[in-house]
Amino acid sequence: MQDNALELFEVFIRSKRGLDHKHVGSLHSEDHEQALEYARDVYTRRSEGVSIWVVRSADICASQEDDAEDFFDPNDDKPYRHATYYTLPDAVNNM
Amino acid sequence: MSSEQQTSLQEKQFMHKIKAEEKIEPKDWMPEKYRKNLIRQISQHAHSEVIGMQPEGNFLTRAPSLRRKAILLSKIQDEAGHGLYLYSAAETLGISRDEMIEALQSGRAKYASIFNYPALTWADMGAIGWLVDGAAIVNQVSLQRTSYGPYARGMIRICKEESFHQRQGYDIMLTLVNGSPEQKAMAQDSLNRFYWPALMMFGPHDSESAHSAKSMEWKIKRETNDDLRQKFIDQTASQIEFLGLEHPDKELKWNEERGHYDSGEIDWDEFHNVIAGNGHCNRQRLEHHIKAHEEGAWVREALVAYNAKKQAKQTEAA
Ligand SMILES: [Fe+2]
Ligand SMILES: [Fe+2]
Repeated sequence: MQDNALELFEVFIRSKRGLDHKHVGSLHSEDHEQALEYARDVYTRRSEGVSIWVVRSADICASQEDDAEDFFDPNDDKPYRHATYYTLPDAVNNM
Repeated sequence: MSSEQQTSLQEKQFMHKIKAEEKIEPKDWMPEKYRKNLIRQISQHAHSEVIGMQPEGNFLTRAPSLRRKAILLSKIQDEAGHGLYLYSAAETLGISRDEMIEALQSGRAKYASIFNYPALTWADMGAIGWLVDGAAIVNQVSLQRTSYGPYARGMIRICKEESFHQRQGYDIMLTLVNGSPEQKAMAQDSLNRFYWPALMMFGPHDSESAHSAKSMEWKIKRETNDDLRQKFIDQTASQIEFLGLEHPDKELKWNEERGHYDSGEIDWDEFHNVIAGNGHCNRQRLEHHIKAHEEGAWVREALVAYNAKKQAKQTEAA
């Protein structure tokens, strides 16, 4: 089989001004410019967004889920980083 | 269309977004003064987070227990993170990190004057978390609705982390007031020293504030200095009472009609004096920042060298 698949791009959409761009999915495209247009056509047909970002999937560097325990572990033994760790009397508990 | 007409049209569209409570995003057209105003405010905010680590960092080796030390260390780490969020938000406006650091170190950019007051005792770690972070929270909660998207989102992230800061500070105060008479006196002394500077954090009265009117119109600021300060005064009164400490403001009185506390006047001479660079620690704070920055130069150089080496290897392999 001839490999003529185009490169994979990840699509991020800002649904409303003021909100973060959120990952919505991926698509194949020959370059960034086309990816933007394809993303518009396939991901925002019902005005789901006001802004689109496309990123080559190969350019995304991700942490490994399998390693998550080791990777994030150092933070689990610091309960004092959470506001709820400090039990304050009711009278002043709204801070 | 002439370029002038074009600008006024863009300005109209910009104001329309602002009025409709829409956020301005980095790639949108914006008036040059809006951009400048934001860069000033966000970078000043970032500098405050970073300089604010100094008075607390000074107490890391003197925390009364390992637990308190770990908590303080965590809080300081958060402040470094807040500095990063804010510098990054400012960078979306087209200024570089280096330019901002240079402005701070040369004294052109300001940071919150509160950090020019010295931290003298362990109780100050309590008062700072409770009052200084407390005042910052009142301001930051309001800024979650600021008109510039990246700033607003940064504020939301920061506010989520701040509550722990204020609570650990109050927790220190609670422990002290329930301790020996000396410890309670230490808490009172700390409250006395930090209460007024905390009120000054909200800036001059609205009638005196140079940047306020335009900032409000552009919705960079959402509430005025005096309104925010009033909120802080109101919420702090009962917290002081609960600690069983004496209120530093002898004129503080509940005003039934207004539904707020009336309060005594701030010493504005002191305020202007500290801003002008004559606070206890102005020189020390900047000197320390410059020293740390210079001593860290080899790390930045090593990063660049490593990067260059890696790239050279890659081209070699290709
Ligand atoms: Fe902070
Ligand atoms: Fe904080």
